Amino acid sequence: MADSSLRTDVVIIGAGPAGLFAVFELGLGDMKCHLVDILDRPGGQCAELYPEKPIYDIPAVPLCTGSELTARLLEQIHPFGPMFHLGQMVEHLEKTPEGLWCVTTNLGTVLEAPVVVVAAGGGSFVPKKPPLKGLETFEGTSVFYAVRSRETFRGKRLLIAGGGDSALDWALNLHPLAERITLVHRRDDFRAAPDSVAKMRALVAADGMDLVIGNLTALEGEGDRLTGASVTLASGNTPTVLPCDALLAFYGLTMKLGPVANFGLTLHEGLIPVETASFETALAGVFAIGDINTYPGKMKLILSAFHEAALMAKKAFAYVHPDRRYRFQYTTSSSDLQHKLGVTEGTAG
Amino acid sequence: MHVYCTDLEGTTHELLATEGWSVMEIIREGGLPILAQCGGSCACATCHVYVDPSWKAKLPEPNEEEVAMLDGTFEVTADSRLACQLFFTPALDGLRIALAKGSV
Ligand SMILES: Cc1cc2nc3c(=O)[nH]c(=O)nc-3n(C[C@H](O)[C@H](O)[C@H](O)COP(=O)(O)OP(=O)(O)OC[C@H]3O[C@@H](n4cnc5c(N)ncnc54)[C@H](O)[C@@H]3O)c2cc1C
Ligand code: FES
Repeated sequence: MADSSLRTDVVIIGAGPAGLFAVFELGLGDMKCHLVDILDRPGGQCAELYPEKPIYDIPAVPLCTGSELTARLLEQIHPFGPMFHLGQMVEHLEKTPEGLWCVTTNLGTVLEAPVVVVAAGGGSFVPKKPPLKGLETFEGTSVFYAVRSRETFRGKRLLIAGGGDSALDWALNLHPLAERITLVHRRDDFRAAPDSVAKMRALVAADGMDLVIGNLTALEGEGDRLTGASVTLASGNTPTVLPCDALLAFYGLTMKLGPVANFGLTLHEGLIPVETASFETALAGVFAIGDINTYPGKMKLILSAFHEAALMAKKAFAYVHPDRRYRFQYTTSSSDLQHKLGVTEGTAG
Repeated sequence: MHVYCTDLEGTTHELLATEGWSVMEIIREGGLPILAQCGGSCACATCHVYVDPSWKAKLPEPNEEEVAMLDGTFEVTADSRLACQLFFTPALDGLRIALAKGSV
């Protein structure tokens, strides 16, 4: 397993605002970073929960949206060439015999570094699962929350649940492949691109797809194979069984602490206690910044995450460059820092 | 002023209510578990509650955003609301709500 491991200076778990800004502060101290996030794009909560909503309390930025903040952070850290491993869940954190930290993901990526920064926010984003009895038995064989391969659904009677863009996009995308698609949504109104809604409605009108307005209440199957799902129709109360071979459920994502609980850190109400001079955890070389940490007076703000990143980087420097002395400098006046940022004096403004 | 909130075990708690606060904040301040992952931004649906039918008429209708956000939770009924979108006024003194499964 260690054969294919990547060695770097710092592994950052979570690519939300805390993880992203950490790249900047670490980069000023010549520390190279790899970031891992289960989401398929950087930005954490800002990207997933409120890309279009305004943020008013970023110092010196009177207004920006969640996605603008993410874009600006990415621009700011670009000079440091961070490596992203997206769509992957960090599952293990262990110490190597050489005294490095080793981070392993569910996709088999192995990263080793003297410093790990846990910037896991509210936990990893995972699909919301409908509270249906026996759901787990079907997961991976006939119940899915994402499409990994379209071929899985060829010739299948497919139930797609949800009323947003994912549900609509996949209903349209898989329509030519599947034997029959039934879209199930709790109300006859969809929060999705108007164009997709129109296409879906046209298919339904032409009998190319079924639309059922109601709620899933139970699953039926043989072994791990789904055979049908009960739905209570919004229009009445007698449940109907919809025969199907597979269910794709798109109810959005939620944050679950997940594997962070197994990193060997003692958690306090699901949060990682840190000391506030460097935001190091009880494990030497493992830091926790942003929403995931806790200390007296903690406020879950992006502002706090930025501050924590700066102090963390100073201590991380001692682990990554034990032979060097940390030098405090301003980006305004240090030609050394400006060189790292790829600017020469005066060109940044 | 108070809000009465029934937890998943069926126990009803009397919670101190403050004018202008959202019902989600009142529940959280009252020490009951409520996920409210997005902190009241109508972006997570983990503050789903059921409003006692006798109180429904006294509440303003949910806006489009709240209705759409309810798509992201389960076991939604005609009494379902997002607690972060319900703002407490003296007229709501005595409001009765129950936590939904997805919110704790
Ligand atoms: C609707 C809304 C509005 C907000 N408005 C403001 C505001 O105006 N001002 C403000 O300061 N704050 C605001 N916040 C809070 C702010 O978004 C958070 O404080 C901030 O996102 C925390 O950043 P973070 O990087 O610590 O965590 P997050 O943004 O939560 O990012 C953590 C990332 O880590 C990933 N992750 C976790 N565990 C793993 C794992 N094991 N493997 C792989 N990846 C993992 C997650 O998938 C996630 O992407 C708001 C939050 C919401 C939801
Ligand atoms: S707290 Fe997130 S929707 Fe109410």
